[in-house]
Amino acid sequence: MSSTSIGLDIKGTAMSSAYAIERSTPTSRVAAIMALVLVAGLIAAPWWAGRANLRLLGEIYTFVALSSLWNLLAGYTGLVSVGQQAFVGLGGYTLFGLTIFTGVPPLVAVALAGVIGGAGALLLAPLLFRLQGAYFAIGTWVAAEVFRLSFAQVAALGGGSGTSLPTAIVVSIAADRSLREGLIYWSALALTLVALGFVIALLRSRTGLALTAIRDSEIASESCGINIAWTKILVYVATAAISTMVGALIFLQKLRISPEAAFSVNDWTAFVIFIVVIGGIGTIEGPLVGTLVFFALRETLANLGTTYLLILGAVAIVVMLKAPKGLWGVVADRFGIALVPIRRQVKTR
Amino acid sequence: MTEPLLSLRQLDAGYGDFQALFNVSFDIATGSVTALIGANGAGKSTLLRAIVGLVRAKPQMVRYCGEPIGGLSPDRIARRGVALVPEGRRLFRSLSVEENLVIGGECGRPGPWSLKAVYSLFPVLRERRRNPGTALSGGQQQMVAIGRALMSNPELILFDEISLGLAPVVIKDIYAALPAIIATGVSAVIVEQDVTRALGIAHRFVCLQEGKVSLQGDPAAVGRHDITAAYFGM
Amino acid sequence: MDWVNAIAQGILLGGLYALFAAGLSLIFGVMRLVNIAHGDLIVAAAYLALTIVQITGLHPFAAAIIVVPLMALFGYILQRLLLNPTLGKDFLSPLLVTFGLSVILQNGLLAGFTADSRRLSAGAIETASFDIMPGLTLGALPLLMFVVAVAVIAGLEVIFSRTSLGRAFRATSDDAEIAQLMALDHHHVYGLAMALSAGIVAIAGIFLAIRTNFDPASGPARLIFGFEAVIIGGLGNLWGTLAGGVVLGVSQTLGAQISPGWQLLAGHLVFFLVLGLRPRGLFPRMD
Ligand SMILES: Nc1ncnc2c1ncn2[C@@H]1O[C@H](COP(=O)(O)OP(=O)(O)OP(=O)(O)O)[C@@H](O)[C@H]1O
Ligand SMILES: [Mg+2]
Repeated sequence: MSSTSIGLDIKGTAMSSAYAIERSTPTSRVAAIMALVLVAGLIAAPWWAGRANLRLLGEIYTFVALSSLWNLLAGYTGLVSVGQQAFVGLGGYTLFGLTIFTGVPPLVAVALAGVIGGAGALLLAPLLFRLQGAYFAIGTWVAAEVFRLSFAQVAALGGGSGTSLPTAIVVSIAADRSLREGLIYWSALALTLVALGFVIALLRSRTGLALTAIRDSEIASESCGINIAWTKILVYVATAAISTMVGALIFLQKLRISPEAAFSVNDWTAFVIFIVVIGGIGTIEGPLVGTLVFFALRETLANLGTTYLLILGAVAIVVMLKAPKGLWGVVADRFGIALVPIRRQVKTR
Repeated sequence: MTEPLLSLRQLDAGYGDFQALFNVSFDIATGSVTALIGANGAGKSTLLRAIVGLVRAKPQMVRYCGEPIGGLSPDRIARRGVALVPEGRRLFRSLSVEENLVIGGECGRPGPWSLKAVYSLFPVLRERRRNPGTALSGGQQQMVAIGRALMSNPELILFDEISLGLAPVVIKDIYAALPAIIATGVSAVIVEQDVTRALGIAHRFVCLQEGKVSLQGDPAAVGRHDITAAYFGM
Repeated sequence: MDWVNAIAQGILLGGLYALFAAGLSLIFGVMRLVNIAHGDLIVAAAYLALTIVQITGLHPFAAAIIVVPLMALFGYILQRLLLNPTLGKDFLSPLLVTFGLSVILQNGLLAGFTADSRRLSAGAIETASFDIMPGLTLGALPLLMFVVAVAVIAGLEVIFSRTSLGRAFRATSDDAEIAQLMALDHHHVYGLAMALSAGIVAIAGIFLAIRTNFDPASGPARLIFGFEAVIIGGLGNLWGTLAGGVVLGVSQTLGAQISPGWQLLAGHLVFFLVLGLRPRGLFPRMD
């Protein structure tokens, strides 16, 4: 999890005598304190939440992570992927493969999945990056299909119908069920914090500011002092690595895998896209807001079955047409707040 | 006095939050040639774009034949007989010379201009009619752009930077064609860097400075010194 | 002989893929829009054909007289209502709106027709075939599909190069702003392009419904086949797209010769191979 090292390289504090460059705002300081309290409460969840709620929280974390990563790609880097299920599924299969064939402990396999996902993305990037814009998007989808069809050929992992994680491996995490579920829960929380930390740190770095500036076409990409082609590959690979780890954890929670479930475009990409679009694409807070809305809708509309997806798709289209910056964008514009400050503001002393 | 062909009334226009034109008012009489002059960035192109509908205006700010046309879509305004020869020519690169001309006449307005008439005005285009529009020299491209605008048989034709970037001999050819065009009764607005040349063929001139009309009148009646002052804002 | 047969079937299958691709390619050419819902529209057309055949008892090919105009009308309305507002800025909003549309279509079809797979029967033509030589038999239906694909592409070429509609498409694609000054309403032009694309989608949908089983989730795979045909053939070249469809079809039937699991995989791998070796496709447009 070395990805957090791409960190701050500009100090957030004073420069010259007459001006102060500040990134934090009073709102953001309050938000930071509240976030710390929230995280502390969430770490303690195994003691106060029931088993079902713990699972729900775990699921929420994985969607926060996946949607924040997708948002980094689509909302800041201009890389719109509809094939992130490639990495989620790869992560799941890496977990199953490593634990079943090589006896690697499951949580270690989750970490190793990051390496495999990053390597996979590095191999794919030279091909996919030949496609522009929307064609890149479909290209990522084809890549995910190749992964799906390939894993369906692996008879040792159940071929097309999939397989379950053997009990011995599950028990190896911890014999006690609550402790085991707690460990998986904390891993999910930790991984999500890593994903969020990575996204925020990257966006605050010089590279991230350059990406934002290019996106807003304030400056030409040549003049911003970063190599845009390499930056895109770097972001794509790092995002893939973390998504793969998230995928491994998802299937550690599910304990069962099949090519259809692992590489489902609906579950790992459509939902993620709707979350980001509804929450607010190109904002840090958007994916968080979107995930909450998504789960709130799901818990209330789930019994509608397919109609639920219809509604979600329609809401996403309406948001895209009428409020392209999403719910968070509307709130932020109206009240001028930013919980996670990215931009520096010049203040006269 | 008869009604002007086009009248601008307190026209304000711009791009998003940026206002480029302030309170611009003047008339264009039927059959007249107006020189629109001003320094770089004064707002000449924006003014022409506002007339053809590419830049938004309020209805009453642009009146054409007595009717408000501000805010109409560009294709509607084009159908009423306003044509623009845009800055930089902007020929359709996947259309041949002839197709570029034909598409100009697509709106089906009757009048003196046809492929044949354009070819006899600019004979060189007939020879090159199968070439892609963008394979021509700058001057020939300008001829296509002018021909394309004429093909719609406009009542008002707007030339933006009619001679920018062209060789002096070509500029002479283009200007030689203008009297034939105007003789058909069309009114014209000419934006031109070479102020003397523009004033030489115009009945009226309008000088813009930072988005406002700084001077307008009859080129023959207003002294060179006053025009220079209005142009540079001195 | 199996191999020769496989290649021949693959070539004919390529015609269907070219039909999938033609509509996709057309709207990308005119308005730089990539319609993620393209495959789902094909499947929706298949269901529409199925419904019309059930109601009227028409032969599926005769049903085209109703399906094609209905789909074209739907395409026009779709463009004016949903897609035109997204055009102009970046590729993100049209992409995401068509993605949402894809999910809506899939789930709408699921709600209306259940997840059961369906098929449309075309009667005798399905079993008719021609013995070209010993061991090589070509089905009448695949042959017809291929001929229709060639005709559709030839028709598109004629529309683009010879008609005023085609001129309007090209001019609007070159420079939408200036095209408006030629009295062309670009929103209407885009609507017509989508209508034409949806008309081809309708033909593709009918053939899809006759050739294979389909269900509400069949759309994405059709999008991907069409997309691969476009990229293999080379962007902006309609005859290239037909060739791309043929390459894809042959790859798939040859893959299936190795093992059934390899059919789709082989197609995807050839796509990536072409992307790696000839990123502009096998027949890039000269310009
Ligand atoms: N698309 C645009 N977006 C924002 N501002 C613009 C745009 N086009 C022009 N402007 C601004 O509007 C003002 C007027 O520009 P305009 O092009 O009308 O000037 P002009 O008189 O035609 O100049 P030139 O002689 O250079 O052609 C300028 O300040 C220019 O920067
Ligand atoms: Mg100008």
